[in-house]
Amino acid sequence: MKVTINLFATFRDGRFKGEQRELAEGTTLRQAIAGLGIAQGEVGMALINGRHAPLEHPLAEGDVVALAPSLAGG
Amino acid sequence: MDKIIRVDMSQLTTRTEAVPPEWAGLGGRALTSAVVAKEVVATCHALGSNNKLVFAPGLLSGTSAANSGRFSAGAKSPLTGTIKESNAGGTAAQMFARLGIKALIIEGMPVTGKWYGLQVNKDGVSIAEESELVGKGNFAVVEALSERLGKKTGLLTIGPAGEMMMLSANISVKDSDGKLRSHGRGGLGAVMGSKRIKFISIDDAGAPGVKLADPAKFTAAARVFARSILDHPATGQGLPTFGTAEMVNIVNAAGGLPTRNFSLGQFDRHEAISGETLREVIIERGGKPKHGCQPGCIVQCSQVYLDKQGNYVTSGLEYETIEMLGANAGVGDLDVIAEADSLMDDIGIDSIETAVAFGVAMEGGVLPFGDGAEVLRILRDEIAFGTPLGRVMGSGAGNVGKVYGVRRVPVVKNQGIPAYDPRSIKGIGITYATSTMGADHTAGYAVGTNLMGVGGGVVDPLKKDGQVELSRHLQIITVMLDSVGLCLFLGFPAADMPTCVPALVDMLNARFGLKLTPEWFGLLGVTTLKTERAFNIAAGFTNKDDRLPEFMCEPLPPHNAVWDFTGEEIDAFWDF
Repeated sequence: MKVTINLFATFRDGRFKGEQRELAEGTTLRQAIAGLGIAQGEVGMALINGRHAPLEHPLAEGDVVALAPSLAGG
Repeated sequence: MDKIIRVDMSQLTTRTEAVPPEWAGLGGRALTSAVVAKEVVATCHALGSNNKLVFAPGLLSGTSAANSGRFSAGAKSPLTGTIKESNAGGTAAQMFARLGIKALIIEGMPVTGKWYGLQVNKDGVSIAEESELVGKGNFAVVEALSERLGKKTGLLTIGPAGEMMMLSANISVKDSDGKLRSHGRGGLGAVMGSKRIKFISIDDAGAPGVKLADPAKFTAAARVFARSILDHPATGQGLPTFGTAEMVNIVNAAGGLPTRNFSLGQFDRHEAISGETLREVIIERGGKPKHGCQPGCIVQCSQVYLDKQGNYVTSGLEYETIEMLGANAGVGDLDVIAEADSLMDDIGIDSIETAVAFGVAMEGGVLPFGDGAEVLRILRDEIAFGTPLGRVMGSGAGNVGKVYGVRRVPVVKNQGIPAYDPRSIKGIGITYATSTMGADHTAGYAVGTNLMGVGGGVVDPLKKDGQVELSRHLQIITVMLDSVGLCLFLGFPAADMPTCVPALVDMLNARFGLKLTPEWFGLLGVTTLKTERAFNIAAGFTNKDDRLPEFMCEPLPPHNAVWDFTGEEIDAFWDF
């Protein structure tokens, strides 16, 4: 299945801003994060289609994932 | 800090007083609000002789405590009609603290029709007639006074907007680079203008300095405190790297980025105005991606922005200014936004209120959405000179909406809603609704918990559950930060790092020789919020003013989120 992954702030370093990726059916958010080489503890915000989702949430075709480290202020 | 200085602008006299016992344990916002609540008649005209303008450094200002140099300004706000405290960086708080001045209270207004400058030094304060700088922009004022009084002089100034008593006028504070920081919100520059004070200079030569009751204990606690700030990912990594504009992409992803005058929650050109892009542009042009608003800042969320030719444009380009002009007004271009920021600093006008006003004016047909050149022209040719259009634009988003027949006017208590749409980030909506200051994200910054889980886990931004409790907790904590003189962002380590608040209490005890507990902070917050609310009620406000504008019940894409709190649910905020 195709899933779009958008990365923010330092998560872009050595990776990418936004990419469409081919993931195996049933891949969870946790697995997708691990697949990017991002430690779970570094994640400040994980959204699926703009909504907060639990790490065990399975991704679906066409989902947009947004990942950011722990930033907090504006 | 052992004295209160009063300036009576009606009589053109000054006097120094001992600090009364009831104010001895207060600083910053807790003190300015206590003074305003006690001494200002709540129903007075904010630009009349019965209003008072109060300045106070934080309790730890002037010490080596990291990020403790915020300066509070308080009065009745001419924009909102409520009590107001607005704090800023710069050097003034630390200079006041070294001079032993706990508060400067400016009363009355002159009948002479003349303008004045105040000079604060170790002997007190003096008043002198000023003519040379009247009508000048803030940058010219800083330059002229640095020449007249020396580069080290501290300064509080108003620009043409403050002289014209525009309701969005701010008070600028000189920083250690000779640039400006702002007491931005609530039109306090108009209050200073009503008292005919163009500037206040501060000379701390021969100041007694800050004496610590227990220097060894203070130093040890200050070290632990600083470590907690550096070890938190927000204050140690995110803010120093990307500045506050780091929030553009984050808030856009969550669908709460005000766009096209609060009609959309995402902006298609968000990347162009993001913190990531800002950092790249600054580095490419040889600017500074990190910069502190005050000496002793270890977060360094500010920056120095240069143009394409490498010339200085502005410093302290904040998320709210970038977002409200970039996405909400559709300008989408960092160079235009930076130039607008510089113009607003020079005119002396709040870059949040003015940016919100531009979004409303665009909806009202004054100028097209996205027309950056016209934004700059209106700032430069209309607002700076107080033309009729300039006066309207300088009177805040609420008034612009009334004049141009706009129905979608993002204000609470007539103060513009900043750069987070409360339909998609509901915790901040409760803060906008209930804050004693009008819509103000800094009064209880629920965004950190709603989006990033600051303080123990995410409180879902799209649901109502837990938002009232979250905002209440944050508003109480924020009083602590605002009263100690701390940067708002220290709320993140305070919430997440177990060593932070105990170290802060240790510093206060070592500074003053007291035995305060962390619970004391909570009580300070509760007392101050209730004092501020009592002032507002006496001024005529009711719970019906603690509401978001009606259009917030219209669905906001992409989540089609609506503001769905009942009045009763919002009013529960005050059950403490």
